[in-house]
Amino acid sequence: MIELFGITFDYTLRNVVFGAAILGIVGGVIGCLAVLRQQSLLSDAVSHAALPGICVAFLATGVRSTPILMAGAAVTGLLGALLVLGLVRSTRLREDAALGIVLSTFFGFGTVLLTRISRTGDADQAGLSSFLFGQAASLVATDVVAMAVLGTITLVVVAVAFKEFKASTFDPGFAASIGLPVTGLSILLTLLIVSAIVIGLQAVGVILMVTVLVAPALAARQWTTDLGRMMILAGFLGGASGITGALLSATVSRLPTGPTIVLIASAIVIVSVLFAPGRGVAWGAAERRRTGRRVRAEWADRAERHQLPGGNDHLAPQSSGRLPAPVAEGSGR
Amino acid sequence: MAAPVTDIASPPDLMPITVRDLIVAYRSTPVLWDIHLDVRPGRLTAIVGPNGAGKSTLLKAILGLVPISSGRVEIFGQPYREARKRVAYVPQRSSVDWDFPTTAIDVVMMGQYGTLGWFRRPGKAERTLAMDCLRQVGMADYADRQISQFSGGQQQRVFLARALAQQADLYIMDEPFAGVDAVTERAIVELLQRLRAEGRTVVVVHHDLQTVPTYFDDVALLNVRLIAAGPVEQAFTADNLGQAYGGRIAFLDAEVTHGLEGKR
Repeated sequence: MIELFGITFDYTLRNVVFGAAILGIVGGVIGCLAVLRQQSLLSDAVSHAALPGICVAFLATGVRSTPILMAGAAVTGLLGALLVLGLVRSTRLREDAALGIVLSTFFGFGTVLLTRISRTGDADQAGLSSFLFGQAASLVATDVVAMAVLGTITLVVVAVAFKEFKASTFDPGFAASIGLPVTGLSILLTLLIVSAIVIGLQAVGVILMVTVLVAPALAARQWTTDLGRMMILAGFLGGASGITGALLSATVSRLPTGPTIVLIASAIVIVSVLFAPGRGVAWGAAERRRTGRRVRAEWADRAERHQLPGGNDHLAPQSSGRLPAPVAEGSGR
Repeated sequence: MAAPVTDIASPPDLMPITVRDLIVAYRSTPVLWDIHLDVRPGRLTAIVGPNGAGKSTLLKAILGLVPISSGRVEIFGQPYREARKRVAYVPQRSSVDWDFPTTAIDVVMMGQYGTLGWFRRPGKAERTLAMDCLRQVGMADYADRQISQFSGGQQQRVFLARALAQQADLYIMDEPFAGVDAVTERAIVELLQRLRAEGRTVVVVHHDLQTVPTYFDDVALLNVRLIAAGPVEQAFTADNLGQAYGGRIAFLDAEVTHGLEGKR
């Protein structure tokens, strides 16, 4: 048994830490593509839609085996995603309405099944209700292995088709014109999103899983302007959130792992949105103040030279009859 | 899938674009009706028409991006799928998210994804070509700049550089002149003329009727149906424009005649 920083890395904690790291890394990387394609809500619908799949898989087999439950989750999650796409294509429903309907219907169905199972007394024994908010402590070594295998496959697919995903996300019309299978890539990405969600369900749960995908991507986007670096950084931030959350909940009593991971990831987003150079809120405010001071100083100077009446405090560039020369380029946005 | 790059000059008799009996409909409403069009090689062709005339849809139908209800389209005598390596498409600038995390040179290198094929990453050769294309549109100094920092004109030039990187024989551009500054407009005009001088064919959806006679050789007037097509001198008449725009442009007569005098 290893001891580090006063924390005993027993069998359970080792599984939790590895599991949380895997779900954070995979969620962060895949989340970048989901966020850039404006599919954050689709991810949320997929993860909620996974709940009935878990219940059905349990009812059908009667055993609480992680691979079987994962498969069930994947089936209904994917079904939910395809249903959203189908509704948007074949009806006049807008995407937000389709997402809302699919999310609530599937989740409602899942909750009904969960209640039915718990009436029979099997659910607590099976620990199915832990899939709502996740229960990292229930991870066993084979779960972690399954997560690692699925995670590796997911990351390899992204790495292999990186430039195709990039082109079809940035400019789908152009991508189709050079012969990329844009619809196929879209479906492939949906599969990857489902896979990332399935990896995290046991530890984080269907309700909070969307944060694992979206938060690291949003944070990473604040710090970099390159898709590849964004995905690496998001994977790192997601993994770090996972590990930190797992360790915190292991050392502080009555701290649930999944929600803690989600809160840490959210905190990273808040810090990034506020303080990242270039895109951060604080940076923008400082930039506006600098520009304001510069403009003011410049025009105060001109006003003095042209001896405008009223002094600096009543400066109005229009009143001098000389508007600032239009800046030719880069100002038109 | 990575087929070798073939760069065979087309037989001169093959039209860059042949459109026959084309009908495109969205939900049973025809957007394009019975289009019959030949785009001639080595010429600059403008497609003009009012809003909702189906100009962008025509480009997309030619590129196989929207389903065709009936009729056929051929590129250099072949279906688009077989000819696509000879075609470069410049979509409307506003159709993409310019806050996407990428740089100018990265966007331009996407022009070479089609020939690179799957699994191969752009390398030194691709970067060199992309730099050269950025230079041709006056954007070499901005190669590593994030694309969200660009003005509308600069964005358009990045898109054009990407099309140049495709080293195509046929360029299809959707409103490249929309919302660009004067510097960019001049740069685009020079680029079009250079492409024509190299024997390439360019089709442009264009909005500014006044500049049609000065910028273009051929014109196609479109309003769901094809009203007229041919050399600007013959097709770009007040009568045809009246038909295309539904008589809403009486004021155009003077402008058009004026513009044409410059051409003749």
